[in-house]
Amino acid sequence: MYEAMSSLAYAGESGYTGPPNLSGDVKGASVLILGSGLAGMTSAYELRKAGYKVKILEYQDRPGGRNWSLYGGDTYTELGGFTQNVAFDKGLYLNPGPWRIPYHHYGILHYCKLLKVPLEPFIQSNYNAYVHSTKAFGGKPQRFRHVQADYQGYVAELLAKSTRQNALDQSVTKEDQEILLESLRGWGALDKNYEYRLGEASSERRGYESDPGGGLTSAPTPSQPLGMQDLLRSRLWRSIGAGNGYETQQSLFQPVGGMGMIGKAFGAELKDLIQYNSKVTDIRQDAKGVTVTYHDTKTGGAPRQASADWCICTIPASVLSQIPITVGAPMKAAIDALSYGASVKVGLQFKRRFWEEDENIYGGITYTDQPNSIIAYPNSGYFGGGKGVILGAYAFGSSAYELSSLSPKDRVAKSLEYGANVHPQYMSEFDTGASVAWHRVPWTLGCAGSWTEALRAEHYDDLCALDGRIVLAGEHASRIPAWQEGAVLSALDAIRRLHQRVLAG
Amino acid sequence: MKRPALAAGLALGLIALSGPAFAQAFGVGSYSEQTGEALYQGVCQGCHMPNAKGAVGAGAYPALAENRKLTAKVYPVLVVLRGQKAMPEFGSSFTDAQVANVVNYVRSNFGNHYTDAVTPDEVKTLRASLLPR
Repeated sequence: MYEAMSSLAYAGESGYTGPPNLSGDVKGASVLILGSGLAGMTSAYELRKAGYKVKILEYQDRPGGRNWSLYGGDTYTELGGFTQNVAFDKGLYLNPGPWRIPYHHYGILHYCKLLKVPLEPFIQSNYNAYVHSTKAFGGKPQRFRHVQADYQGYVAELLAKSTRQNALDQSVTKEDQEILLESLRGWGALDKNYEYRLGEASSERRGYESDPGGGLTSAPTPSQPLGMQDLLRSRLWRSIGAGNGYETQQSLFQPVGGMGMIGKAFGAELKDLIQYNSKVTDIRQDAKGVTVTYHDTKTGGAPRQASADWCICTIPASVLSQIPITVGAPMKAAIDALSYGASVKVGLQFKRRFWEEDENIYGGITYTDQPNSIIAYPNSGYFGGGKGVILGAYAFGSSAYELSSLSPKDRVAKSLEYGANVHPQYMSEFDTGASVAWHRVPWTLGCAGSWTEALRAEHYDDLCALDGRIVLAGEHASRIPAWQEGAVLSALDAIRRLHQRVLAG
Repeated sequence: MKRPALAAGLALGLIALSGPAFAQAFGVGSYSEQTGEALYQGVCQGCHMPNAKGAVGAGAYPALAENRKLTAKVYPVLVVLRGQKAMPEFGSSFTDAQVANVVNYVRSNFGNHYTDAVTPDEVKTLRASLLPR
């Protein structure tokens, strides 16, 4: 009943059209799934329900793949043998991979509901967090609120000025110019002269120097906007659009207790199907079926084999390109064409939640021009006192390569150094840290497939096509790369096509 | 609807960037390191490891130490410029001199003793010979 209702609710919306309808007699067909990340487990859940015999081979000793949280007591060894013993307090965690779910990622949200994974708000935009440039305002972080209000205010003022100087006469009718001016005054918090300046209007956006109060000491003092030229040249405006993207507009969600809760719940649901510690070394198909050779990385011994009628392979292309596989030349070329990006996350535990206690920052994100790129604050546990874990770095591009090249310990040290330029409390309050550099993650060799428009035009359809008895799934086989929704939608699309083929006989 | 690198940039928090910056989200950028040693230690060793011996997990990073595939200097130059399988390309972020420096560094360290250095001009010629990707 729930699923029937879901189907109706989702009809006609986005890429997710509700749970797949895999009706029909599958005649005992079997499917071998490689990888127990979200794509693999979504496939397994739906195919089992449709009557298929399903088995999953997983390289790691846990379900979830990149859906993953690191907790105190966890040990993580990256490529190169660098081992971290994570020492976060109970309940605190780092999400090394995905960390937020937009409200319109209906597929992953469906499985959260189905698996009863509790969700809570993820704070994307916090106007009291900072935007920071080492090259502007003497390196002093600015409140997001100030930069946002002032930038919008000055843009509105300039546009109002142009309008009133008749510069827009060619584009906007006289009548509409009046409407435009009215809107600019409201949108930009301009005064009666269409100017953005110190006063009540601007302070109602950027906040007061001293807030209005009660009784006899209640008169507020308005705050002074930043200078327009300073603001423009600071380039801090680069960071204030962060919550405007389709995928970052509120509402967003996160699982209570860490993103990895989804993988754990999925893994518990499918526990009889998953064989862990299985390293795939060969994938072969012929007219009758698929045979996969794998090694048990815990017990060793001779290579083993698993066979099935069909195979859904969710192994990242970065790893799959190194495994012999009998697929046609177009799919092989697609697998080989996809490189995997660098990304680094660093979690820093502090002895007290100074960002809340001293600076009134409750969740959300600070942006900096330093290599750590952002500082993200925990989105729960407010006012409870005690320790907290900050996301102290989320690096991409060249910064991510450089941080990946460091030892885990040095990544933490660098993140502290950068973060201390925003929060001076960093050094005295630091407790313990952990980091994940995705190029050093043994089972993905990177954070996500690096599609370009040209690569996609050349290879995407071949990557996603059903090749004989093998079909690929995962974020790399989606048009929402690096998002969990991409993994889920890719799996649903793959199993629908596979099922049609099975029914066709 | 086309949603290329844009979506990836959004996914990863690069919403602050705009236009071409999105395309730089994953691999492309620029590097301040100039010498071969600095480039190796700042970029390459993230995957190929500080001792250049590579690493093995579900997949592997090849060792560059004592690697006979480095015999012909053109080969590592092409791999750095174009990327190979999981390895991203560095052609759009390294200058000709940076490519030459890092290739020469790897070919004369880690048990490699190749003496025929590659020049930035040779890199430039090789770069020009590549089809745009």
